[in-house]
Amino acid sequence: MEKEKSGLDRRSFLDYFLGGGVVALIGSVFFPVLKYIMPPAIPQAVQNDVVAAKANELQPNAGKIFRFGNKPGILVRTPEGDYRAFSAVCTHLQCTVQYRDDFKHIWCACHNAHFDLNGRNIAGPPPRPLEEYRVEIRGEEVVVIRKA
Amino acid sequence: MSQEDNITNSHAEKAGFWRERFPLDAVAYFFKKKNVPMHRHSIWYYLGGMTLFFFIIQVGTGILLLLYYRPTAEAAFESVQFIMTKVQFGWLIRSIHSWSANLMVAAAMIHMFSVFLMKAYRKPREITWVSGVLLFFLTLGFGFSGYLLPWNTLAYFATKVGTEIVSVIPFIGHDLLVFLRGGEEVTGATLTRFFGIHVAVLPMLVTALLVLHLLLVQVQGMSVPPSQIEISARNKPMPFFPYFLLRDLLGWLVALGVLIALAALFPWELGEKADPFAPAPPGIKPEWYFLFMFQTLKYIPAKILFMDGEVLGILAFGLVGLFWLLIPFIDRRPEERRSSRWFTAFGWAAIAFIIVMSLIAYVIPQTF
Ligand code: FES
Repeated sequence: MEKEKSGLDRRSFLDYFLGGGVVALIGSVFFPVLKYIMPPAIPQAVQNDVVAAKANELQPNAGKIFRFGNKPGILVRTPEGDYRAFSAVCTHLQCTVQYRDDFKHIWCACHNAHFDLNGRNIAGPPPRPLEEYRVEIRGEEVVVIRKA
Repeated sequence: MSQEDNITNSHAEKAGFWRERFPLDAVAYFFKKKNVPMHRHSIWYYLGGMTLFFFIIQVGTGILLLLYYRPTAEAAFESVQFIMTKVQFGWLIRSIHSWSANLMVAAAMIHMFSVFLMKAYRKPREITWVSGVLLFFLTLGFGFSGYLLPWNTLAYFATKVGTEIVSVIPFIGHDLLVFLRGGEEVTGATLTRFFGIHVAVLPMLVTALLVLHLLLVQVQGMSVPPSQIEISARNKPMPFFPYFLLRDLLGWLVALGVLIALAALFPWELGEKADPFAPAPPGIKPEWYFLFMFQTLKYIPAKILFMDGEVLGILAFGLVGLFWLLIPFIDRRPEERRSSRWFTAFGWAAIAFIIVMSLIAYVIPQTF
């Protein structure tokens, strides 16, 4: 009886030992693989302002996509002639929005979302307004600045 | 030894050579014995083979496209353009690849729903069903990853939206998005990744599952739907070899005809090269087999209580997918002959839902 019991114990000890070894082996194979397939983060220089357009480039009631770092932004000239700037990345599923002169506001073609001239989501699926930027006219240039 | 003896000897030797090295007799015997039950719904038995046929076409044309295709953001669009305009019959090969992909999804879908409605997933065919549903999901994965490869505007935004959807999955969503995109944004890294998935990862997985799936079908034979058991017992089954096989081949010939006609009459368009700094074009739509999901998501309000409606909708689709995968373990009928009304109703409801939502998406322009 004594003998049998200790034999069982030794057996289960070996089972755990082997099992643990196998798990460790599999882990040490897959951990590097898993890490490998996640791409390394490439640091982006954060750009806080950009020249989005020349001063006479945009007519009233028109819009333009510009590059802001690695993302698109949208510069809008309202029918009254004011400048507005937003991130052009739709807050719904990240499509790039556009200015529709027939609607007189911003529109996303992907799922028919409408944003007013303050960037507020007024129709369609987006949950949040567009991120707004500050616009400054510096001589001949329209400069867009990320809000702090 | 006479000349005649010599000839017969060498014949026998030749046959013996292969016989000794491969146990072909067992396989030949198996195929001689294999039967297909005959009843009112026997026509649905052809759909699986049809899916396989389109898959074979995909492998063949896919390999051909690989000879010229280049998977980078700078060269992908141009290389497809090169295939379409410069390479002889390049337009045809690419067109066939695109059309056959769509026909394959359609055939797989019909196959899957007919199997579901005929209750062919029941014991002992649970694993056949699970492997089949996984194969279907992989087929959609082929469609999704392949769609980006020409690097045109539509594909660019479809991929952006599609991968963004993944990010709503709790906890691992963002990691999954980065894994799929090869970074935070859809870029050339995404394209290269999708290419690898499309031509190496998915084919490997599909091949393994397909072998399992087909082997199980051979081992277990054809299932007879509960409503047809009596009719099928009265009718003589059709020997698979050669009668059913010949009909299968005839079906493949017709499919090939339809495929070539579609590819030649409606060559697949290339569109415009993707520009990450251009607005999404109006009229953008996912491929037809994803349309019903997008249409549904449109009807879910932006906010439900404290959660984004989108998130709830996508999670719901995930759960339905899981339910679908595990059907054989949920619909357990001790007496195989009874059909389960609730599950049949569920199948028809799902079909009706998909058709209605897709139709709405087509009829209402630009606002799917
Ligand atoms: S991404 Fe803009 S509405 Fe969906």
